Order: sequence, then C-alpha cells, then structure tokens
Amino acid sequence: MDFELSADEKLLVETVQSFTKKDSPVERFRRLRGTELGWERATWKQMGELGWLGVSFPESAGGAGLGFVAAGLVLEQLGATLVPEPFLSSVVLAGTPLAAAGTPEQHERFLAPLIAGDTALALAHVEAQSRHDSASVSTRATRAGAAWRLTGRKRWVLDGHGADHLLVSARTGGSERERDGVSLFVVDAAQPGVRLERVDCMDGHKAALVELDGVEVDATRLVGPEGGGAAILDLALDHAAAGACAEGAGLLARALDMTREYLMQRKQFGAAIGSFQALQHRAVDMFVEVELCKSAALLAMIKVSDPSGAERMRAVSAAKAQLARGGAFVVRQATQLHGGIGVTDEHDIGLYFKRHQVLAALFGDFEHHVARYASLPSFDAHV
Amino acid sequence: MSYSPEHVAFREEVREWIQAAMPEHLRAKAEVDAAFAHADVMEWHRILAAKGWAAPHWPVEHGGTGWDTTRRFIFNEELELAGAPPLSPFGLNMVGPLLIQFANDWQKQRFLPKILAGEEVWCQGYSEPNAGSDLASLQLRADTAADGGFVLNGQKTWTTYAQYAHWIFLLARTDPNVKKQQGISFLLCDMRTPGVTVKPFLTTGGTPAFCETWFENVSVPRENLVGELNQGWTYAKALLGHERTLVSGVGISARTLLRTKRIARDKLVDGRPLLEDPTFRAKIARVEIELEALRMVVYRTVAAAQLGHAPGAESSILKLRGTEIQQACFDLAMEVMGHDSLSWFNRDGVVSAREQSVASSFNYIRAATIYAGSNEIQKNIIAKYILGLPG
Ligand SMILES: Cc1cc2nc3c(=O)[nH]c(=O)nc-3n(C[C@H](O)[C@H](O)[C@H](O)COP(=O)(O)OP(=O)(O)OC[C@H]3O[C@@H](n4cnc5c(N)ncnc54)[C@H](O)[C@@H]3O)c2cc1C
Repeated sequence: MDFELSADEKLLVETVQSFTKKDSPVERFRRLRGTELGWERATWKQMGELGWLGVSFPESAGGAGLGFVAAGLVLEQLGATLVPEPFLSSVVLAGTPLAAAGTPEQHERFLAPLIAGDTALALAHVEAQSRHDSASVSTRATRAGAAWRLTGRKRWVLDGHGADHLLVSARTGGSERERDGVSLFVVDAAQPGVRLERVDCMDGHKAALVELDGVEVDATRLVGPEGGGAAILDLALDHAAAGACAEGAGLLARALDMTREYLMQRKQFGAAIGSFQALQHRAVDMFVEVELCKSAALLAMIKVSDPSGAERMRAVSAAKAQLARGGAFVVRQATQLHGGIGVTDEHDIGLYFKRHQVLAALFGDFEHHVARYASLPSFDAHV
Repeated sequence: MSYSPEHVAFREEVREWIQAAMPEHLRAKAEVDAAFAHADVMEWHRILAAKGWAAPHWPVEHGGTGWDTTRRFIFNEELELAGAPPLSPFGLNMVGPLLIQFANDWQKQRFLPKILAGEEVWCQGYSEPNAGSDLASLQLRADTAADGGFVLNGQKTWTTYAQYAHWIFLLARTDPNVKKQQGISFLLCDMRTPGVTVKPFLTTGGTPAFCETWFENVSVPRENLVGELNQGWTYAKALLGHERTLVSGVGISARTLLRTKRIARDKLVDGRPLLEDPTFRAKIARVEIELEALRMVVYRTVAAAQLGHAPGAESSILKLRGTEIQQACFDLAMEVMGHDSLSWFNRDGVVSAREQSVASSFNYIRAATIYAGSNEIQKNIIAKYILGLPG
C-alpha cells in the first residue's frame, strides 16, 4: 500500500495551490458571493485550460484519466480558500453520471465543453419529498413520439442558476419511490418550458429551483438505460460525497490553521491565549478530528471507484459521517476560540463554518450515512 | 489499496497457517473472546517464533521477516480476525527495537535472540511513585561500583507483568548533579538478582497486572549499560516513536467491536436479537466509523515509515484517539450486556463465556488513557511540537 502522491498528482496539487494563493484567496469568494452568478466564467475557462476539470474522467470520455483521487486533490485545495467555481456540483456531481453512463456522442456534446471550461452542468435530482433517496422521483417523462416530454419540479439544484445543461432525473415508469423506472435526461437550461429561479444558500453559494413544464427532448438526451437511472444517481451521489469530504478536509485544515494563528496572536490577561492549556488541548482535539477527516476522505477518494458497490459505500459513508461530526467539532470550536469576532460576517472563520455545514448536509447527512454504513453486509461480516 | 494476486495468496497462507498452528485450547478461548493468561501469550509467542513470525517488523538480520507494509497489514489483520493472543510488547516492541538501534554487538547477541524466541520475558521500569508524567524527575539511583558496574537503590512502580519478567529495562539516575534529563542512564537488570523485590497490585479490573518493584543494593554489571552513560533519556525518547502505532490499539478495538456484535446477536430484546435493532446498529457504526478512519491513519503512518520517511503529523493522534476508541468499545459492550454487565468473575454459565471478562476489561481499559504518556501529556506535546503553541 502506497499513499505517496504520484509525480502528476504532486504537480497538480502545487498548481492548484499556487492558483488559490495568488488568484483566489478567500477575499475573492467574499467579493463574488454578492454577485448574480457567484463565480466567474473566465476563471472556469482558465480551470478548463489548466486541465483540472477533466482530471478524473476516463480518457475515453475526453478526460485525463488520473482517477478520482486527482479530482479530490483539486477539491481539497479549492476548499482551503473557499474557491466558488462549481467544481463539486458541475464536474463531480453532474459530470460523473454523464461520464459513467453517457454515450461517446453525449460525451462529445455535453462533457467535452464542460472539460474545456466552456459550459457548466448541474444535476437536478432533489425534490420536495426526496430527502436522500435518489429513487424518490415524481417528475415524469412521458413519450411523445420519438421524443420525451418532462414535467415536474426540482429543488436545490446546486449551481443550477449558472448551468448551461441540466441532468434531470425523471420517472419513465414505476411508482414514486420505486428504484426501477428512474431515467436521466440532459436538458438545455435555456430550452422552452424550463424555468430556473436562483436561490441563495447559507454559505454564499447558489442553487436553483427548477420547473419543467412539458420540456421536450429527443431520444439522444436519455443518459444510460431507460429506467435504470437510480443506480447511476447513487454512483454520482457517492462521488459527490467523497468530493465533499475532500473539499471539507481542505476547508477544515485551513480553519484549524486560522485558529492556531489567532491563538498565538490574540492576547488576554497579558499572554497569548494560546498559552492557556485548556485552549491548547481544545486545539489538539480539533487537530485530531482534522486528521481523521483527511484520512477518511483519502480512503473514500480511493474506494469510490471500487467496482464493488459495497466497498465504495462503506468508505464513502464512513468519510461523510466523519466529515459531518468531526468536522462540526472543528468549525464550532474554531468559532468559539475566536471569541466575538468569530461570529461577525467580517471575519473569515464564519465562512468556513457555513461551508462546512452545507457540505455536511449535502449528499446524505450524518444520520443517513451512519444508517447506511450499518446496513451494509460488511457490518455483519464475521459476526 | 487493492491487493495483488501475491498478496491475496499471502493472506491465504497466513490464514491457513494460523488455523493449523493455534492449539485447541487457545482457539477455544479465541472463539469466545476469553481472556488469555500470561502462559497462553508466551505459548503463542513461541509458536510464532518457531515459524519465524514473532517480530515481522525487526530487521531481517535480527530475525525480522522482510515483509512489505501490505504483508504486515495482512498478517496483523489475520491475527486479529483469528483472535490470537496479542504478544507482550515489552521485548518485541520496546526494548528490542531500542537495542537494535543503540546497543553494542555483544548486547544484541546476548538479548535479541531470546526476546525473539520468547525465552526471556521483559518488563519496563520507567515510572516511580514521584515520577509519572514528569518522568525525568526519576530518582532510582545507580551508583558506580569499584568494578565499574552499578548498584541500584530505589523503587519503580506500575511495572506491568514484573511478576513474570526475567529482565527489566530501566531508567536510572547516574548523575544527580546535572539537569534532570542529562543524568539518566538506560540499564538492563536481571530480575533474579538479589535485592529485587516485586509486589503485584490488584487493578480495578480485578487482576494483578502491574507491580511495585524495589531495588536494594542490586548489582548490575557494566556490560548492561546501553549506549553512553547519562544518555538514557535520549534513547528512551527515541523509543517513544516505536510505540506510536502500537498504542493505537486498532486491532484490540476492532476485536472488541466484533465481540460486542456477537454478544448483541445472542441477546434477545422483545424476542429479537439486539443486533437487528437499527438504533443499536447505528450506535456501533459510529464507533466503527471512527475506528476505520484511525486505521487509515495507521496505514499512512506505517507506509511512510516503510518508505523511510519521518512519521507525518497524523501519527501523533494515534495514541490519543486510539485509546478513547478502546474505551468507547467497552462502553458499548457493557451496554449490550444489560444486567449481565454486573457479573464479576463468576462461575461459568452465570453469563456466557464471551461475556465473562467484559466487566473486568471495561474497568482496566481506563488505564489506556493513562499509560504510555497520559492523553493530557500527549495533548501538551502535540500543542507544543505540532501546533507550535506557546509555552
Ligand atoms: C495499567 C498501567 C500499566 C502501566 N505499566 C507501566 C510499565 O510497565 N512501566 C512503567 O514504567 N510505567 C507503567 N505505567 C505508568 C504510567 O506510565 C504512568 O501512570 C503515567 O506516566 C502517568 O503517571 P502517574 O500515574 O504518576 O500520573 P501523574 O503524572 O501524577 O498524572 C495525574 C494526572 O495529571 C495529569 N497531568 C500530569 N501532568 C500534567 C500536565 N503537565 N498537564 C496536564 N495534565 C497533567 C495526568 O494526565 C493525569 O491525568 C503503567 C500505568 C498503568 C495505569
């Protein structure tokens, strides 16, 4: 077992790091969160040119074929300075199912421009009743000759407000919570019958509420087998969860660093507050959680591509639960140790707190992943 | 992270060997997670030694196996899965590696083969009544005798399994007139020397695990001084590095969780196995998830060491979180047992064989956050050396 980064991976980490330092420190996110889009298309294009957006996709789908660990490493670095471009939502969450289940022609049409940074993609799968169940789909796709007609409502489509294409889950058969009968379609955001409303998320990111009113797509827009979309969605959600863990690991490490710096710089009672043992031990407890999050995230990044679905789910659920619970400890104590300044909008630590909370809630929360972990066959192995 | 065909074959080989090599009475205990006696542990040690597998982590020239990291993981996982008795760490993991690093050739030849073979049992004489966390303030005196040897006077305490040990490795004060860390030497003392007295303590776990050890005019020949005079503190600190991955106790915790699940499988609540209760499964899963993350930290630490890299910052959390998880595992086991958790060394059949020693271990495991550098001391060290916090 070898956890050393390859030369390619090291180079990747270094280039992303130097980008975040020079071109996208936290102030950039702070500035952009108040804008209509929340991120910048020119930067997205730049990321495409640098090859980041396609790192993990297989070469057959137009990617660099470096595997998911590479995408995770990018996300970890982007997370450290809260870079707002939609890497997690567009590349990982929406790109993964397209890369995995799309035809060469679909890769060419929808994935290639994403990899180049010319377009953004969003996954529209959440509905009012669906919570974390990918098969809970009431949006319908009915046949209209050779085409399909989609009608329904989607919520919290991450970065859907700036997307060029939406990958939509819709029911082509079966009843509302049945796994069979869920299909995936690519819809143009600008198409007639698509209504997008931008909504704000607590962490400064944006999402969309999407209404589909008889939106017509031809058969070339069906991604994967008809009725077999739930398994593809689960794969996408696990990749996104692993990606959230990677981004979270970068974010938490930075939150710990900021806290460490504050402990050394802030003086009370005539001494740096970092000299108080109670606070030192708290900082160490934070450090422990950060290290566990990093290790669990690395395991999830490696295992998410495992052909055994059970192995994948085990590692992803473990990492996501760790991110939710351990990570919450880190950002809460980071806030606590900053005192009053920590709860002002002016100070960056609050931005980290909020982004963590969102990552913890997305793609299955703590309870969901603990329950899933406990329901896998591995839990009863050897008992 | 995936296994090559050679590694898969290696796992098969290890599993089959353990199956065949573990004597029936040990297997019977392993089957129900019964406590192993000292004699059981040494018997298993000698079986592993005969196969050449007692110290896979030692250099090959001293009897190590030369396995790569992956093989070592596989080996440990298979031992854990089989419930094999964990070997005593004092020789194989503490003084052994220290001798390999710092001892002279005569000392290596005299001591290492017998440690490896399980012929000589060792204990660790560091702590004293007035030197616990502040170990450098230790006072056991080692005065130089006319023949250049040493005469020991004083007391060690909390000496685990001193009652079984043939040898003790000691930190003793050889110069009282310098800064406290500078006057300490590392000595090896035969426990059968006149003047050595051992008195076991009963622990809260109800078993005599550790002892008070007195030294009254005990002679130690000069040849039993390891390294330079007055440099013992340096060697002892280097040894702490070897202990890190060990004290995480990931194997023990995994084994305890499995045991807890098995007890839960056999405990009926409203006519159904407790193990089927989703709330209870989630409770176990929470601990198991942390354990999996910690196991990954162990992998990373050992893999870095294998490549000759200094251990990363992550390795410093192993003792801290590993011992907390060990305690959490026994908390769960006690909870599963319900009223049966009251049972304390009763005759067979009062509770199931698997449950017999749970209450004892639940009590004893409180020690895990105290020994090998208490968790508060671990936090002080991490705060200072890793987080760089002041003072
Ligand atoms: C089961 C068991 C087996 C052992 N086996 C051995 C053995 O084989 N050989 C051996 O040499 N020793 C052994 N020990 C001893 C062990 O190493 C010591 O108990 C340990 O170093 C703590 O010392 P102490 O007991 O004197 O506690 P103290 O040092 O008195 O500590 C008491 C409490 O104060 C805390 N504390 C102390 N200093 C600080 C500080 N600076 N900041 C914050 N908190 C602090 C401690 O964390 C602890 O909670 C064993 C101990 C146990 C429990």
